[in-house]
Order: sequence, then C-alpha cells, then structure tokens
Amino acid sequence: MSDRGTYQPFTYYQLMETSLRELLVEKGLVTDEQVNAEVAAMRARQPERGARVVAKAWIDDAFRQRLLKNGTAACEELGLEIPALRLVVVENTPQVHNAIVCTLCSCYPRVLLGIPPDWYKSRNYRSRMVREPRAVLAEFGLRIPEAVQIRVHDSTADMRYLVLPMRPQGTEGWDEARLAGIVTRDSMIGVAVPTIG
Amino acid sequence: MKPQFATGYPAIAPRFGIGEKVKVRATAPLGHIRTPFYIRGHTGEIERFCGCFPNPEELAQMRDGLPAQPLYRVRFKQKEVWPDYRGPDSDVVEIEIFQHWLEKA
Repeated sequence: MSDRGTYQPFTYYQLMETSLRELLVEKGLVTDEQVNAEVAAMRARQPERGARVVAKAWIDDAFRQRLLKNGTAACEELGLEIPALRLVVVENTPQVHNAIVCTLCSCYPRVLLGIPPDWYKSRNYRSRMVREPRAVLAEFGLRIPEAVQIRVHDSTADMRYLVLPMRPQGTEGWDEARLAGIVTRDSMIGVAVPTIG
Repeated sequence: MKPQFATGYPAIAPRFGIGEKVKVRATAPLGHIRTPFYIRGHTGEIERFCGCFPNPEELAQMRDGLPAQPLYRVRFKQKEVWPDYRGPDSDVVEIEIFQHWLEKA
C-alpha cells in the first residue's frame, strides 16, 4: 500500500498499522482495495472544501447565520459530503479571535480541511495553545491586540471546529471563487488571518 | 432544552442550562477519558448543549456507551485555569465535557 522509496526500518506505529491491516485483510474484514480507496479519499480532501464554506458565508449572510447555528446542515446544503461530522463554526469578529486545538490527540475537521499539518499534532502546539495562546499565535506571526478576546476551543469529544475568519477589507465586489482563494487552512484553524496581495 | 445536534440515542436528561456555572470533577479514573487533566477541578459556565452522545469511556471498553451522555461546551476564564496566565482577563478556553464530569458550582 505505502510507496516506500528507499528502504527504511519500520517505526513502531508503521509496524502496528501494517500488522493490524494485514490481519484484517487476512480475516476478510476489509480488502486491500477498500483500504487503498479510503487512503486515496483522505488524501484527496483539501482545505479548499473549507474555503468554499467560508467564502459562501462571506457573501451570503443568511447562509452565514445557518452555518453558525448548525455547521453540519449548512455544509450539506452546499452539497459537501461530510460523513459523521458535527461541525461547530466559530466566528471571528473585531472583538473575538478563535483558535482550534485538540489537547488530547489531534481531532480536526478532516473532511473539510484534509489531513492536519504536523504541527497541529505536535505536543508543543497541543500543550501550549491552551496555556499561552497569545505566545503561540505570535510565533505564527499573528499578534492579537489585548482588546480582542481569544477563545481557544479544545476539541475533546464529538464536535469538530472551523473558524470563520473575518473578510479582509479591500475584497468588496469579489466573487465567491476569488474570495475562497484567500482563505487559507491556517486561517480556518485560527493561527492566521486571510490577507490580500 | 434543545441540543445543537439531535441524536437518536436513548439518553440521559440534560441537567444544566446555558450560562449555568459548573465545576469539573477533580477525579482521576483509569481508562479512556476525554476530560483533559488541566481542566479538572475548575469552574466554568455552560456555553451550549451539543447533544447526547455515547459515553466514550464505555465505548473504549467495547460497550455501547448507552444511555448517551449529554455533552456540553463549557467556557472557562483562562485566568481561573492558569493563575499566571499572560493575557487579558477576557481570554477564555472552551472545552467539550460530558455531563457525568460536571457538578453544580
């Protein structure tokens, strides 16, 4: 399944994954084809899906309100396939900045943003984001004024989170596709904000 | 009280309302626990009622986790959680916590 170029010894987790997968295939519970298809589907999901949701919320205020009320229903409205996702959308305003973390593991809205970046899963980010979010955000180059409240969301159970960033000034009259182009993955996690130019 | 996400599981009735002050139980059972250590013993307020979901501590033991537990998002002031927190008093951390981990504050 994995394309392992040059030979390297298995790590602990690779060995565990391979053993478990081969056992499941051997027992007829899944097939290699099913595993491959799932891996391909996971890799195909990119943050553009989330960006589409944000851009739509920026141009359609009624949609924005539905999105904040029930993120899952609003995504389904856009025809996005989001199996088992219970999406809570948190909105940045001039008074509030939101950021997402999962201190327990690496819960992440994968169906909207794809595979999480390595730093999101790092012990450093997970432990420090709840403890000193302002210092962590500054390391991402984002300085939040003291007058703005920071809300850190620890994704510990069945909800998944998406930050709805503020639409930058200077984007008046842009269409949805152009707007989606400036919505980065990091801005939907809350460690960056969309910028133009 | 209406949950944000309706689920069809047989469930325990929700005990806490939006805005109610709650304290996270300061206990350390073994097993698969979704309540982070850093928040145990701290007091916050209910931000929203998410819905009722199978208890992950039971699911991890290969049981069905039913009746489902009410799940809330609880808002904590950072300064209450970390007395030496560096930032304004208004900063908060919000965490999903199952009802059986909460008591009235």
